[in-house]
Amino acid sequence: MIRPDAELLLDISDLHASVEDQPILKGVNLQVRAGEVHAVMGRNGSGKSTLSKILAGHPAYRVTGGSVRYRGDDLFALEPEERARLGVFLGFQYPVEIPGVSNLEFLRVATNARRDAQGRDELDTFEFEDHVHEKLKVVQMDPAFLERSVNQGFSGGEKKRNEILQMALLEPVISILDETDSGLDIDALRIVASGVNQLASPDTASILITHYQRLLDEITPDYVHVMAAGRILRTGGRELALELEQIGYDWVDEQLAAEGVA
Amino acid sequence: MVKSVLAPVQERGQVNLEKLGLPSRREEAWRLADLKRLEAMASLPPAEGVVEQSWPAVAQAVTRLVIGTEADPLETVQLPEGVSRLSDSELEQALGHTLDRCGCAETWPVELNHAHSRHVVALRVRGSVAPLEIVLAAGSGLVSTRVLLLLEEKAELDLLQVIPAERDHAAPPLAHSHVIEVHLGQEARLRHGLLASASGDASLLAHLAVEQEPRSSYDFVSVCRGWRFGRLEPRVLQVDGQATTRLNGLAMTGGDEQFATHTGVCFQGPEGALDQLQKAVAADRSHSIFNGAIQVPRAAQRTDASQLSRNLLLSSRARVDAKPELEIVADDVRCAHGATVSQLQQDQLFYLRSRGVAADEAAALLLKGYCCEVVDRLPAAAAPWLTSSAVSDPARPL
Repeated sequence: MIRPDAELLLDISDLHASVEDQPILKGVNLQVRAGEVHAVMGRNGSGKSTLSKILAGHPAYRVTGGSVRYRGDDLFALEPEERARLGVFLGFQYPVEIPGVSNLEFLRVATNARRDAQGRDELDTFEFEDHVHEKLKVVQMDPAFLERSVNQGFSGGEKKRNEILQMALLEPVISILDETDSGLDIDALRIVASGVNQLASPDTASILITHYQRLLDEITPDYVHVMAAGRILRTGGRELALELEQIGYDWVDEQLAAEGVA
Repeated sequence: MVKSVLAPVQERGQVNLEKLGLPSRREEAWRLADLKRLEAMASLPPAEGVVEQSWPAVAQAVTRLVIGTEADPLETVQLPEGVSRLSDSELEQALGHTLDRCGCAETWPVELNHAHSRHVVALRVRGSVAPLEIVLAAGSGLVSTRVLLLLEEKAELDLLQVIPAERDHAAPPLAHSHVIEVHLGQEARLRHGLLASASGDASLLAHLAVEQEPRSSYDFVSVCRGWRFGRLEPRVLQVDGQATTRLNGLAMTGGDEQFATHTGVCFQGPEGALDQLQKAVAADRSHSIFNGAIQVPRAAQRTDASQLSRNLLLSSRARVDAKPELEIVADDVRCAHGATVSQLQQDQLFYLRSRGVAADEAAALLLKGYCCEVVDRLPAAAAPWLTSSAVSDPARPL
């Protein structure tokens, strides 16, 4: 939903970043307002995942230039946990397995950290059980997964559902979903996408990082951006994703060559 | 009289200690040990006046024996049905037998215990009995305790041993010498936990000798934390193979502590099984040592053994030495072993932080997750101890 007067949640300006001294992002500009759904597409190595990790504060990635403002404040002045508590959510492409840490306990600690930042009461063990069972419905997840260790022994689809469950519990302001569709069969994709749709609201926004049109059949984007060589090369409406499905990414090389980049 | 049985043992122990002298770093088994601390603990005077501090109430259906004090624990406690005390003549016959068979009767820590132990709790177990808890009371000075258990054919027992040595950091030095011998008859089952928790200047030398008859099952779980100088030596002998042994250990060290776990499992017959997981967490300038010997002689065909040593370093100044020591002569066996040393996984830390969990809380959650793989396997009687102040939560950040 595009509303020009909606709050500017995320303002990425000329962002440069590197990992292991290798420059990956080379001038990303992107503005996200409340209510909007943005899709970021592009080939492997174009910098999509790096962008998501930078926004969440992964310590292996280094910002070398530019700025990101989250609701007007400098995002990079915040630790990863502070960003999460203020409503920045990263759905991982490869959710991490944590043996020995109960999924339920993890979800409760995370939920309470966010609630605390929102000035809401923390939920005790019993209140949280009720709360989480309500949210499980969003992703049609078996409660048995709460008793296991975080993501341990989960299938690819179960891991992604667990990510969306966390999104449901944390009620983020801006969600960055990094290839949430990868490794999902069509049924799992529908469940995950329906979860994301249920959680959408006029006050929040999401950025979907994806390779494929099929996720965008389920979640309709307001904007589609194509990343290449560490920046956004082209921006359009939802029709751009359909066009990409037809023509692929060969034009990217031509454009980069014309610009003298590739 | 137990004392009359032990008198010659004590005398022999004193003579042998003199003869042996202190271990030296030239001996492989002591190569990495802090011998100054060993000498200091051995020269402490006998402990006096053990203080019983905030021990938890005994769990339901569990019988608690307190040893290490002057009092005879068996005089005040009613043993569960199926458990009886050995007569002096039975004790005389059995005492030291398993130590001998396991080849550790004359090692230095055992001789130290021989020289100082004034009591032995010697029990026979028949049938499936209610759980036992043996608390090894520790006070300032050197405490020596000794236990002998005979599990008859098909007997079943859950045994928890606790050494609660949490004290004020300024308290005078404390040292504990413990020897336990266990004989498991055919098809007997023992689930054995050791929870040893200390702080301040505390030393531990604990020696276990276990003999297993065929089709018996021995499950040992040790959780040790906070010992400035510690050495745990479980020795298991499958006298005729065909038995099952599980060893799970967790050693937590911080400050300038040194803790060593030396395990030895010997299969003297075919078709024995061993499943071993030894974990260590080392913080600050501490030093954790693991030596895991497995002997598979020619008679031990079709042995199935696996040993895994996993170590977590929480500081760049901490040190871990882990060494598997496999002697395999039989040719038709499966012996897997592995050792890893790692730090807390950055990806796991980031994942937790990206969900709003503070960095130190995330590290504590990961540490707890790492430890619970062993801690959760302690016998059920450990639960009240783990939540009491008498024992430090093993997974608490170091």
